[in-house]
Amino acid sequence: MMESLEPLLAEHPFLKGLDPRHTQIITGCASNVRFDTGQIIFREGEEANQFYIIRQGKVALQIYTPGRGSIIIDTLTEGEVLGWSWLIPPYQWRFDAVASELTRAIALDGKCLRNKCEADHDLGYELLKRFSSIVDQRLESTRIRLLDIYDSNP
Amino acid sequence: MKTKEPLPTPTVTIERKNLDVLFSALIKNGYNVIGPTVREGAIVYDLITASNNMPVGYTQEQNAGKYKLVKHGDQSVFGFNTAPLSWKKFLHPPTLELCHSHRDRNSVTITTPKIEPQKHAFVGVRPCDLAAISVLDKVFIASPYTDVGYQARRSDVFIVAVNCGQAAGTCFCVSMQTGPGATKGFDIALTEIIEKDRHYFVAEPGTDQGETILKSVPHKEANIYELKAAESQLENTAEQMGRKVDTTNIAELLTNNSDHARWQEVAKRCLTCGNCTMVCPTCFCSTIEDVTDLSGDNASRIRKWDSCFTLGFSYIHGGSIRSSVMSRYRQWLTHKFSSWHHQFGTSGCVGCGRCITWCPVAIDVTEELKAIRSNEQTNPSTKSTKEKQ
Amino acid sequence: MIATLEQKKNITAASADRKPVLFRISRVQKDTHDTFTIDLEPPKGGFYFEPGQFNMLYLHGVGEVPISICGDPSAHDKLIHTIRAVGTVTKAMQKLKKGDLLGVRGPFGTNWPAEESAGSDILIIAGGIGLPPLRPSIYHVLANREKYGKVVLLYGTRTPKDILYRKELEQWRARFDMEVHVTVDRAAGDWHGNVGVVTTLISRSHFDPSSTVAMLVGPEVMMRFTVLELQKRGIEPDNIYISMERNMKCGTGFCGHCQYGPTFICKDGPVYPYPAIKDVFVKREI
Repeated sequence: MMESLEPLLAEHPFLKGLDPRHTQIITGCASNVRFDTGQIIFREGEEANQFYIIRQGKVALQIYTPGRGSIIIDTLTEGEVLGWSWLIPPYQWRFDAVASELTRAIALDGKCLRNKCEADHDLGYELLKRFSSIVDQRLESTRIRLLDIYDSNP
Repeated sequence: MKTKEPLPTPTVTIERKNLDVLFSALIKNGYNVIGPTVREGAIVYDLITASNNMPVGYTQEQNAGKYKLVKHGDQSVFGFNTAPLSWKKFLHPPTLELCHSHRDRNSVTITTPKIEPQKHAFVGVRPCDLAAISVLDKVFIASPYTDVGYQARRSDVFIVAVNCGQAAGTCFCVSMQTGPGATKGFDIALTEIIEKDRHYFVAEPGTDQGETILKSVPHKEANIYELKAAESQLENTAEQMGRKVDTTNIAELLTNNSDHARWQEVAKRCLTCGNCTMVCPTCFCSTIEDVTDLSGDNASRIRKWDSCFTLGFSYIHGGSIRSSVMSRYRQWLTHKFSSWHHQFGTSGCVGCGRCITWCPVAIDVTEELKAIRSNEQTNPSTKSTKEKQ
Repeated sequence: MIATLEQKKNITAASADRKPVLFRISRVQKDTHDTFTIDLEPPKGGFYFEPGQFNMLYLHGVGEVPISICGDPSAHDKLIHTIRAVGTVTKAMQKLKKGDLLGVRGPFGTNWPAEESAGSDILIIAGGIGLPPLRPSIYHVLANREKYGKVVLLYGTRTPKDILYRKELEQWRARFDMEVHVTVDRAAGDWHGNVGVVTTLISRSHFDPSSTVAMLVGPEVMMRFTVLELQKRGIEPDNIYISMERNMKCGTGFCGHCQYGPTFICKDGPVYPYPAIKDVFVKREI
C-alpha cells in the first residue's frame, strides 16, 4: 500500500517538487481514505491529528451557529489541502469538515509528522512554507468575501 | 460651371466710423449679431446691433481670483480680452430639452424639439475662443457620434475674430499656441489700431462669405505700414503675457504624476465650486434631468451643464468614484491637459485664463502645472499596487 | 472591434438626436429578489448588437440608465436585458409588465473579442451581476463551438439565492464540451456547491494558459484579484478582457461622465483589453 502512495503524493500540487527524501518521510505517515457524501471528516473541537490531501471530490468547511444552522465557510476540492490545525497548538479543529460528495484523499498523520518535523527542520521549514502559502490564499479569499462585493447596497 | 481660381484675399482697412456698416451688413444678411456688451459690471456676449452697444473705452483688470471692469482712457472698441462666459453658451446651451415624452394610457410618444436654424454672427471672438470653438467641434462632430443640435447651431455661425491688442493678466495663449493672433477658423479677423489721429481696423477675410461682407463695408486695401502696425501690435501682446505653461510632453507628465503630492496641496484650497468648468470655453460635460408635469403624463429630458467638481458627477450605485477633492481637481486638470489629447487629438486648454480669473481662491493652473513639472515623481505606480498584505 | 459601419451609422442617427426608440415588453421575469429580466420586441427591422455592448434604457418620466445586452446576438427579433434594481430608475423598472413601453438607445460601446478568439480556449469569469453582459458571448461561443478550444465559465455570487440563469447554468454544466463552476461567498450547510471567492475557481479549471482568451465582468475588486490570478496562471495580459462600469448619461461621449483615465467607457469601452487600462486599473478615484 505504502509503495503506491509515494508517487501519488509526489505528484500532488501540494507536495510537488519536494525533496524525494522528504516525500519518503511523509509517505511514512500517509494512508488512503475515502468519505461518502455527507460523511463527517472531523468536527469542531476534536483533536486535530491529521490533514488531508484531496485527490477527488469536495469537502465543505462548516461552522454551526444556533438559529442559523450550519454555515459553509469554504469548500475544498481536488488538488487542495484540508486542515492545518494539526500544526498549531492546541491541535484542535476549529470547523466541521463534511464531504459534500464522494471524496478520496490521502490522510497524513499529524502527530507523526510533527515529530519528524522537529527532528528534521529542513522538512519542517519546507512544509511550513507550503502551508503558509495556503493560509495566504485562504486569507485573501476570506478578505475579499468580507468586502461583500456583490451587495447591491455597499 | 468652372470653379473660379481663388483670388488672393486682400487684407483691407476699415475706419472706426465705418464699423457700424459692418454690423448693418451682417444684419442685412440675416445674422443676429452677438458681441461684447457691458452688463452688471462685467462684459458679456449678447445680442447687439451697433458698435455703441459695445464696451467702448473699457478694459478689464484680471488676475488670479480677480476681475474688474475699468475705463481705459481711449475710445477702443476691443480694449478688453475675453468675457467671463464664453461663446460656448450659444453653441452648447447651458440647458437644453433633448426630448419630450408623452404618456397616454398605455402608449408613450417621444418627440424631439425641432432644431431651429439660428444665423448668428459672433463679433469679437478672441483667438483663444476661436481655438475653443474648434475644440468643441472636435468633441461634438464625428467623434464618432455627432450632436446634431450642436452641428446645426454651429453651421450657420459667422465669425468676426479680433486679434488681441493687449494681454489680460491671466492670459497664456502663447503657450497654448492659440493666440494672440487668429490664424484660422474665422470669416473676418480684425485688428484694432489706435493712432494719435486715426482709429481703424485691419480686416482680413478668412472665407468667401467674409470677403463678401467686407466688400459691402467702405474699405481700402491695407498698405505695408498698416500691416506692420497690426503685426507689431501682436508681438507686443505676446510679450505682455505674464503666464506661461511648458507643454512639452504634458499629457504624459500628468498621467505619470497622478500620485503627486501637489494634488493634495491644491485640494486644500479648492472649494470644488466648479466655477472653472463653467467659465472654461471647452468644458463640455453635461447631465440629464428628467422633469415631469403634475399628471406625470408629460416628461422632458433636459440636458444641463455639469461639472466634474461635483460629488454626484462620478456617482455609481453605492457611491461616488471621485469622493475626494484631490481626485476631482486631478480629473479636471488631467482631462484638460492630458486625456484630451488622447480623446480628441488636441489640448483641452486654449490658454484664455478664465479659470484663473474666476477661481474664488485664486488657484492658477499654470502654477499647478509648473509645480508638478518641477518635482516629478520618479516611480508613479508602486504605491497603489503593493497593498496585498 | 466595434459594430459594423452600417450599424454604426444607424447608431449615430438614432442616438445623436437623443431620441429613444420605443420597444414593447413581451415578457418580464423575476430572476432573484433584486434582479429581473425583460424581453423587448424591437420595432420592424430587428435589433443588432455585438456581445458586450449596452443600451441606454429610458423609462417615461423617471430617467435613463445604461444596461448591458444579455440575449443571443444572433436573435434579432428579441432584445433582452437583465436588470438589477439598485437605483431610482432601475427600481421603477422593476414595476414594468408585459405590454409596457420602454425607450431604447443603442447599442453602444465595444464588444468582447468572441469572433476574434476562434481557435483559443475561452475562459469567462463573472461576478454577481457581471454574468448578463457575458451571456451573449457564451451564446456566440456555444453556437460556434467547433471553432474554440476548451470553454470554461466561472461564476461567483453572494449567496445561492443570487445565482442568475440557474436553468441555463445547469444546461451548460451538463454539456460535455463546457466546464462550469459556480461559487458563492456564503451558504448554509445544505448547499452542495462551492463556497469561496471566484478567483479560487481559476486553479480548479482546465484551460491552456498559452492560448486562452479571458473575459471578465464583476465588481472592480473582484476583477483586480482575478487579473492577478490569471497572470499567475500564465495568461498574457493581451488576452485578458475586462468590462468597466461608470456613470453614463449619454452613451456617445458627450456628457463626460464615464471618463476612465484617458478613455470614455461608453465609446472606448465598456470592454477593454487589459493592457489598454492597466495603468489606471489600480489607481484610486480615477
